[in-house]
Amino acid sequence: MAMWDVLREMENLRRDIDSAFRGFGRPQFGEAGFIPGLGVTEYPQINLAEDSDNIYVEALVPGLDPKDLELTVMRGTLTLQGERKEADGRKKAWHRNERGAGRFLRTVEIPAEVEADKVRAEYRNGVLTATLPKAEMAKPKKIDVKVA
Amino acid sequence: MAARNIPVRKGEDMPVREGTLSRENYVKPAVDIFETEEELVLTADIPGVSKEHLDIGIDKGILTLRGHAESSLKGDVIYRDFQLTNYYRQFELPDAIDAEKTRAEVKNGVLTLHLAKQEAAKPRRIEITSH
Repeated sequence: MAMWDVLREMENLRRDIDSAFRGFGRPQFGEAGFIPGLGVTEYPQINLAEDSDNIYVEALVPGLDPKDLELTVMRGTLTLQGERKEADGRKKAWHRNERGAGRFLRTVEIPAEVEADKVRAEYRNGVLTATLPKAEMAKPKKIDVKVA
Repeated sequence: MAARNIPVRKGEDMPVREGTLSRENYVKPAVDIFETEEELVLTADIPGVSKEHLDIGIDKGILTLRGHAESSLKGDVIYRDFQLTNYYRQFELPDAIDAEKTRAEVKNGVLTLHLAKQEAAKPRRIEITSH
């Protein structure tokens, strides 16, 4: 029987609580709707996907100069940071102001070791997509079973 | 405050309002709207929408923004915050907008719409002459 790992249990509890509160206070449209802009607790919003060779990341970061966007991978975490500049300072009267501006940073755990120097990222139409190749040791291996 | 008239429409020419579209199929983009002496400027966050998939229309004083975005994410999703889908939002414009002079541009997932005011609606400085 496996040992009961207190730390792991606590980590699981923390994750359960996090996911229970995720989306709280945010409008829900179907499966996973969003309104980018002000009032979003975690910014930027991301999607993660994987296949046997890569991990794929997609993040919503509209209205950024790609130079102001920084993606770093370090020991199982992916950090996305940047700054969205405030609109120009012309003399004006506001009717609506829903879009946020300012610095942001978000760190996510990635579920496998990746080769940090082979990460490719692309910024297009306000969406950042990154492909993180998994390290050789993290790829699934098929083991042949021999008949003795 | 200027009086605002909401035009009364009946039957067929009624524009599609937000409530009649099913909620799963669109999201409302966040917008900024500000006014300068010459124009109204609307900026909207529409990440994932390219120029080809964006449709902006002004009809009978109603501005309609429609956009379509598709995710290019490969593989099996393991964590999801958002779904790239359709954008839809409508605004009622004041009467003093010159619809012909509207300019729009999309850059890095942000739409900027310049709605020019009609000449008559621009503020004027009146010189006072003393005798």
